[in-house]
Amino acid sequence: MSALWTLKDLSARQGRKTVLQAASLSVSAGEVVGVVGPNGAGKTSLLRAGLGLLPAGSGEAHLSGLAVADLAPAPRARLVGYMPQERRVAWNVPARMVAALGASDLPDAEADAVALDCLQRVGAADLADRGVLDMSGGERARVLLARLLATRAPLLVADEPVAGLDPDAQLLTLDLLRSEAQRGGAVVVTLHDLSLAARSCDRVVVVSGGRIVADAPPRDALSRAVLAEVFGLDGVLIDTEAGPVLAARRRA
Amino acid sequence: MSLPRLCLLMALALALAAVLAITLGETAFSLSQYGQALLQPASPPGEVLWTIRAPRVTVAALVGAALGMAGATLQGLLRNPLADPGVLGVSAVSGLGAALAISAGLAVLPGAIELSALAGALVAGGAVVVVAARFREPEALILFGVALSAFGGALTALVFNLSPSPVATAEILAWLMGSVENRDLMDALGALVPMAIGALLCLRAGAGLRMLTLGEDAARMSALPMARLRIYAVAGSALLTGAAVAASGVIGFVGLAAPHLVRALVRDDPKRILWPAALAGALLVVLADLAARMIPTEQELKLGVVTALFGAPVFALLAWRAARSWRS
Repeated sequence: MSALWTLKDLSARQGRKTVLQAASLSVSAGEVVGVVGPNGAGKTSLLRAGLGLLPAGSGEAHLSGLAVADLAPAPRARLVGYMPQERRVAWNVPARMVAALGASDLPDAEADAVALDCLQRVGAADLADRGVLDMSGGERARVLLARLLATRAPLLVADEPVAGLDPDAQLLTLDLLRSEAQRGGAVVVTLHDLSLAARSCDRVVVVSGGRIVADAPPRDALSRAVLAEVFGLDGVLIDTEAGPVLAARRRA
Repeated sequence: MSLPRLCLLMALALALAAVLAITLGETAFSLSQYGQALLQPASPPGEVLWTIRAPRVTVAALVGAALGMAGATLQGLLRNPLADPGVLGVSAVSGLGAALAISAGLAVLPGAIELSALAGALVAGGAVVVVAARFREPEALILFGVALSAFGGALTALVFNLSPSPVATAEILAWLMGSVENRDLMDALGALVPMAIGALLCLRAGAGLRMLTLGEDAARMSALPMARLRIYAVAGSALLTGAAVAASGVIGFVGLAAPHLVRALVRDDPKRILWPAALAGALLVVLADLAARMIPTEQELKLGVVTALFGAPVFALLAWRAARSWRS
């Protein structure tokens, strides 16, 4: 398996605060990796530093073996597609234009064809000509997901792609990302729902205080000890027909 | 509606407005005099139409187009429908440049005030380019622009304060109010060069403006060279604004209102809006100048006063709507 994204001892600061400390991570083709952690743990910083959006203080980040810091925008965009946590769309442009922004390397007509195809895949074909600001939050999230798929990049990085979505849309989103991994890509998502992470990811990376404290298959990464120390939960993963579910309560 | 078709329709409307603005004015002519003007440009009616009104209308259209395109570019760049060349402080510093030239007695030199205004715009534009390269957040640019604008205004007030002669003071004030009175074709040509360069830069930045719809981080991770396109957008709009201020003085609100008028027609697309916004700006200023000439007042109204009178309520309306959408 080839590594599509590797971070080695990556550290980053934002202002005076160290938001990421000596993080190492390797993501290979075919994998869906979930990044979890409490609010402010450094999930977003991990992604942004690893993509070069946050200047790295020390350490290295590579995309398909190429140093992120040396990559120009166009070749970088061929290696990774990124969906930021920020979901505000500035203008009421039609959904197909938003989706086509993912394929900005292509001529307009081809980008539009890719956009329509991706809108179809996220079940939003009927929204293609609607303005994104006239949509519900869930509809807009689908359109933004279509934009991410339209990048056709081997590595897709999505920061909280299911935030604010109904349960069906959450599962749909992760199923779609899973199918990208099955086609030979890799997917990295940050999630708050630990059950969803355990159910849909091959590996779970737990971040706490700017450090990676666990990186393992869900059952091992979300062990009783990690749940207690990182999340402050007394909990356990229980197997059900629909996959593992977290049963937990706050630690007294 | 397709973009070429929209632009064609707007160009026709602009041509119609220009014909109207050349035909109408304080001096009324009879039909036979209009005929004479068409056939003999050197006749007295011909002189009025072709050497007084036509250059004035041309400069008005150019200034309006420049402000409209600069406004649309800045709104795309800052992802905010309330952005406008005034926001970046370019207008204010450009006005300061002109005020300094007038109070230094340079008005006797042809083109000195214009060059000084353009220099002011470029200095402000340069400062904004530096800030834009350093900080990517649109809020940082807006706040820096507000500061620059206030500083430019304060220095202009200082020039007034220390001005030795009331004549110079009156001249500065007249200039700051904005007008396209008594312009000739050389004025139009002089403005055209920086405007063409500015427009080219803004159009080059178009794809980047569209990408910014998704926000800073998504745009930075796209295939586009955003750092370069951002600088094109700032430099282009500074050149357009500077050339406009140099040609006509400070004319407010056109950069704000023009993109607003055509936004729905291009479905909000920050790239495709550039030309229609320029045409809408040209149309607005040509009509505003016609209004300034035709509204019967003892002293001719200044163009900047007319646009501000119409523009300020438009700004309030936009702010009202924006505030409503933030709430929902």
